[in-house]
Amino acid sequence: MKKEYLIRNIRAVFGRAYPRVIAANREYSWVIADIVLPLLSVVAYGTLYKFLGASKDFLGFAVLGGAMSAFWLNVLWDMASQLYWERMSGNLQLYISSPISLISILFGMSIGGMFTTSLRAAATLIVGTLIFKLDFSLINLTQLILVFFLTLSSLYGLGMTLASLYLIWGREAWHLSEFFQEPVYLVSGMYFPIKFLGRVGFFSSLIPLTIGLDGLRQVLFKQGATFGFLSVNIEILILISLTIVYMILAVFYLKKMEYLARKEGKLTIRWE
Amino acid sequence: MKDVIAIKTENLGRTYKKEKGVIEALKNINIEVNKGEIFGLLGPNGAGKTTLIKILTTLLLPTSGKAYVLGHDVEKETLSIREKINMVSGGEWAGYGILTVKENLWMFSQFYGIPSKKAKRDIDKYLEIFGLKEDANTKISKLSTGMRQKMNIIRGILSSPEVLFLDEPTLGLDVQIARTVRSFIKVWMKEKENRTILLTTHYLNEADELCNRIAIIDNGEIHALDTPQGLKKLLKNKILYSIELERESYLKLKELPYTTKFTVNPMKDGKIEIKFQIQDEGKIVEIFNYLKDNGFTLTSFRKREPTLEDVFIEIVGKELKEDEERVSY
Repeated sequence: MKKEYLIRNIRAVFGRAYPRVIAANREYSWVIADIVLPLLSVVAYGTLYKFLGASKDFLGFAVLGGAMSAFWLNVLWDMASQLYWERMSGNLQLYISSPISLISILFGMSIGGMFTTSLRAAATLIVGTLIFKLDFSLINLTQLILVFFLTLSSLYGLGMTLASLYLIWGREAWHLSEFFQEPVYLVSGMYFPIKFLGRVGFFSSLIPLTIGLDGLRQVLFKQGATFGFLSVNIEILILISLTIVYMILAVFYLKKMEYLARKEGKLTIRWE
Repeated sequence: MKDVIAIKTENLGRTYKKEKGVIEALKNINIEVNKGEIFGLLGPNGAGKTTLIKILTTLLLPTSGKAYVLGHDVEKETLSIREKINMVSGGEWAGYGILTVKENLWMFSQFYGIPSKKAKRDIDKYLEIFGLKEDANTKISKLSTGMRQKMNIIRGILSSPEVLFLDEPTLGLDVQIARTVRSFIKVWMKEKENRTILLTTHYLNEADELCNRIAIIDNGEIHALDTPQGLKKLLKNKILYSIELERESYLKLKELPYTTKFTVNPMKDGKIEIKFQIQDEGKIVEIFNYLKDNGFTLTSFRKREPTLEDVFIEIVGKELKEDEERVSY
């Protein structure tokens, strides 16, 4: 790969990340949509756990799930659906006709999305911790860092894959995102340990959030390991595998999408 | 391929599969566009102009034939082409509404690897030229159509492309802004030798004013290709007249004897201009008498030189739709 091409793609990554990192925080409606609304679910689950007399760690599980749900929403609505919106606005054809790889555009979106969503997730976590006076017990810092970043990399890899698939499937993006949103809350154990779902957990492990959330609970709460689905080290290995698989799939489907766009002439034409 | 040629197509064809069958959008297109030239593709909506531009900008694969941009094959050498071209479409809504004009332009400049400082300097320069300096920090969701199109033109030239594709760049713009865009295009071409523009338009006067050569395209086929003067010469033996009538008078007009290629243009002042050809110069007196005897009030009656519109009608057999043409240019 030529140095010039590499530099151009790095610039493209930062260029595309810019609207998400800088501009997305200009309109404060995100405070309601990304912090207040997820907190309502967290408070509902927390209150239920409290009423049932569950241990305090369960409140922590719910708060952590609420915080991590921001990433799932970001992946669904701002990654998977994004190329669909880009096509509608006419941006997609400008991206395709630019002298860069489309992967750089998706990387830029991912980096921007991770950064901005991390701020929202942190805000949910802090507010939830203050409301329920949570006790965190950091079991292993290295595992915590690994699980968190691998969860994000595999989750956004899935988002990049879905971005092309949404276009190839040719369905309305918001219908697909709505279809995926709620079931994933259930099967990935967003507000409860996935262990309680038994074998379903193995299937839902294909969604990185399932394994990631379980791993984070195990390294952040005393009772996390008791309700853990698999050992954290195995979960780290699964997350590494998912990252690799989803990245490969993302590149494959992106190339396929671009080929179809050029062959059929549909994907870059608005309203078709 | 000779290095004076910017664009070349050889029997280029493109079909689309639709529910009703296969549509031939382009049929055996053969053109050569020289470097340093503004080459116009003139035709109505659905003629195949945008399909041709999409193939040349590597957004669409041809289904038959070959196409080359700056010597590179559009099917196989996409990166080499994309590094040297850019495109701007009329009515384009690209960019992000939450970003300002300056930020949007900077973002797109990054996709061409332009160093940030240089990009910002050039953006400032072009914003000044296009009279957008005061709106540099306005979110693009707040821009009017005309301002947005000026921004799109800047986006297209920021990467200093060797070949610029302009697909209906003044579509829907008011007269003043369209004039600004055309003036800029002329200046930009003079700035650097060997810059090439492929322009599609269905505004006849725009093609006449800007283009060194024009290809008239309809139903996916090139019907004529020459300089604007060369095209007009095709009608050198034709006798062309134009008359103007009051609107009320025109509504009563059922026919105009001895005329062919009859076209009607509403004027800004409410009058109606009728253009036509006659085969025999001597018949003009009879036409004049016919109008007079039938009580039509003529406000103007003149012999005229052929325009590209006449050429288009002569070659394609129909006029460009009136609703697609700006009444006042």
